[in-house]
Amino acid sequence: MARQFANTALLIAGSLAVASAAFAGVLPEDRADALYHRYEGGGITISGPSVLVRKKIGEQFSISANYYVDMVSSASIDVMSTASSYTEKRTQYSLGVDYLRGKTTWSAGYINSTESDYKAKTGYFSVSQDMFGDLTTVSLGFSRGQNDVLRNIKTAQGKINDPAFARTADSRSYSVGVTQVITRRLLGSVNYELITDEGFLNSPYRSARFADPTAPAGFRYESEVYPATHTSNAVAVRLKYSLPWWRASLDGQYRFFTDSWDIKAHTLQLGYTHPLGRSWIIDGSARYYKQDAASFYSDLFPRANAQNFRSRDKELATYDALTLGVGVAWEFRIQRAPWLDRGTLNLRVDHMMVNYDNFRDVTKGPSAGQEPLYKLNSNIIEFFVSAWY
Amino acid sequence: MNFAKFRTLSLAVLAACAVLVPGPATEAAADPQGPAPNFKLPLRGSGKDLSLSQLRGQVVMLNFWASWCGPCRQEMPLLESIQKKYKPLGFTMVGVNVEPDSAEAEKFLKQTPVSFPVAYDRDSSVSKLFRVRGMPSTVIVDRKGNTRMIHQGYKPGDENIYLDQIRSLLRE
Amino acid sequence: MRPARYLALLVLGLPVLTACAPIEPWVKPYEREKLADPIMAFERNPVSATYLDHVFESREGARGASGSAGGGCGCN
Repeated sequence: MARQFANTALLIAGSLAVASAAFAGVLPEDRADALYHRYEGGGITISGPSVLVRKKIGEQFSISANYYVDMVSSASIDVMSTASSYTEKRTQYSLGVDYLRGKTTWSAGYINSTESDYKAKTGYFSVSQDMFGDLTTVSLGFSRGQNDVLRNIKTAQGKINDPAFARTADSRSYSVGVTQVITRRLLGSVNYELITDEGFLNSPYRSARFADPTAPAGFRYESEVYPATHTSNAVAVRLKYSLPWWRASLDGQYRFFTDSWDIKAHTLQLGYTHPLGRSWIIDGSARYYKQDAASFYSDLFPRANAQNFRSRDKELATYDALTLGVGVAWEFRIQRAPWLDRGTLNLRVDHMMVNYDNFRDVTKGPSAGQEPLYKLNSNIIEFFVSAWY
Repeated sequence: MNFAKFRTLSLAVLAACAVLVPGPATEAAADPQGPAPNFKLPLRGSGKDLSLSQLRGQVVMLNFWASWCGPCRQEMPLLESIQKKYKPLGFTMVGVNVEPDSAEAEKFLKQTPVSFPVAYDRDSSVSKLFRVRGMPSTVIVDRKGNTRMIHQGYKPGDENIYLDQIRSLLRE
Repeated sequence: MRPARYLALLVLGLPVLTACAPIEPWVKPYEREKLADPIMAFERNPVSATYLDHVFESREGARGASGSAGGGCGCN
């Protein structure tokens, strides 16, 4: 739980930073969005709101603020193997500002994420520059996160932070991107991001397992040990094409990822956007993800302390995942509200299917290392209202 | 890749650009920049054509715009108020719409009507003739038919730049 | 030079090294109609794109390099 939110806060910082400087010669539009999100799969349900408000101040500044909550109710495979189900709430606030001067947009922001056992603070800064007659946009970004990792324990008073456990994790990311208008109908972009973390990078709750013939189940648990540093590189290429035959757009994206933990991952995403009439837009997408395991990952180690670093986190396993999504948007105007330029109602559903090559479902016995490989299917639902003013 | 390589990569990206401050949005000439090229375009509404030479004797402001261009839409009501105020003094605004398909422009003008002539440059020939470098683009032509100012883009406050130029040309 | 300091310098210096002007744009400003269409935006709904990125990133080993700036009408 802990590690993923550190990365996520950084990632959110990165995408907010870059998305906010969306068109370097013009500030982003004033708009407000209220989203209800829901993830259901693998025994976990995470739902909550995300409210985003953006407003120009004068002609050079644009401010944005986001309030986001994850309400987690978890009886996941990790949790059921070694613990009992739990509920958790994570609250995140972010604030960002964009400053436009000529062809340059400067952006900065701050994100604060809090849950009972993890506190993440991230700051980001980026600059975006239009060049070559506004055909090229170059962006540079930087973010820094400082996180406090705690551990909850059950006491007579209920769940409290273990006073004997307080760790930190520090994150930095550097990104560079170039977006290029290739033809009247074709837009392309290349993005590179370097992320380094150091500190306590694993979850305080998860355990690795090792084969032990003396144990009734054939295995025992031991603590996970992660390296204290993690450096990763990701490079992504994206193309967006406006169809010549009818009004629609095609989107293709490929990302290659490698890191110091020996993980290699490929992400391929295709999307199609089709407006219907004046008020409707349909989106469809398919995303394929393939990952090779971290060097210190194993579902079942041969013995205790088999390696210096060890993890049984399925997020570090070898697996592939296919996610198919469909979205529908309806645009409306309200005559009685002239301050409202337009609004949209949106519904999007994604279905994610994950097949693990080397992570087994321990709850399905019988013999250690022979359990069926785990499969995870989940549904991601988004319902949101947007208003432009 | 480590930080040192990132540093080299990013420096290379920036070094690829010549050190050139972007040109100012407004090029105003103390001396005339030469005669504005003549053109003939279909007018919106009537079946007639508009040619720039017909307007000699008036101060003319050509505004190149499109319905898909946010700042162009933002500027339109201000252009209409400039037209209303200065038309009696020998001025005319001319909107030059650059879209190949005029349907969206018509829709926009129904919502934001203007009293000045709007011409359709559907094949971009006039945009090319005036070497339009930004959207919107404004060209101000004096009574003798010479180009006196070219301005790119629109930010609130730019109308003052137009008004200064128009007033001084009306006095000539 | 430390990365953070270097990046700060780079970011502040970026606007100075601007506008490689000599190259004539091959897509003229008045030809950007399709690019200005909202369906050609890389992220039409940032609140949704950010959420989906978060869903994937918190479940995968890979992270980073999402989000792009640029495109659009090229106005001003």
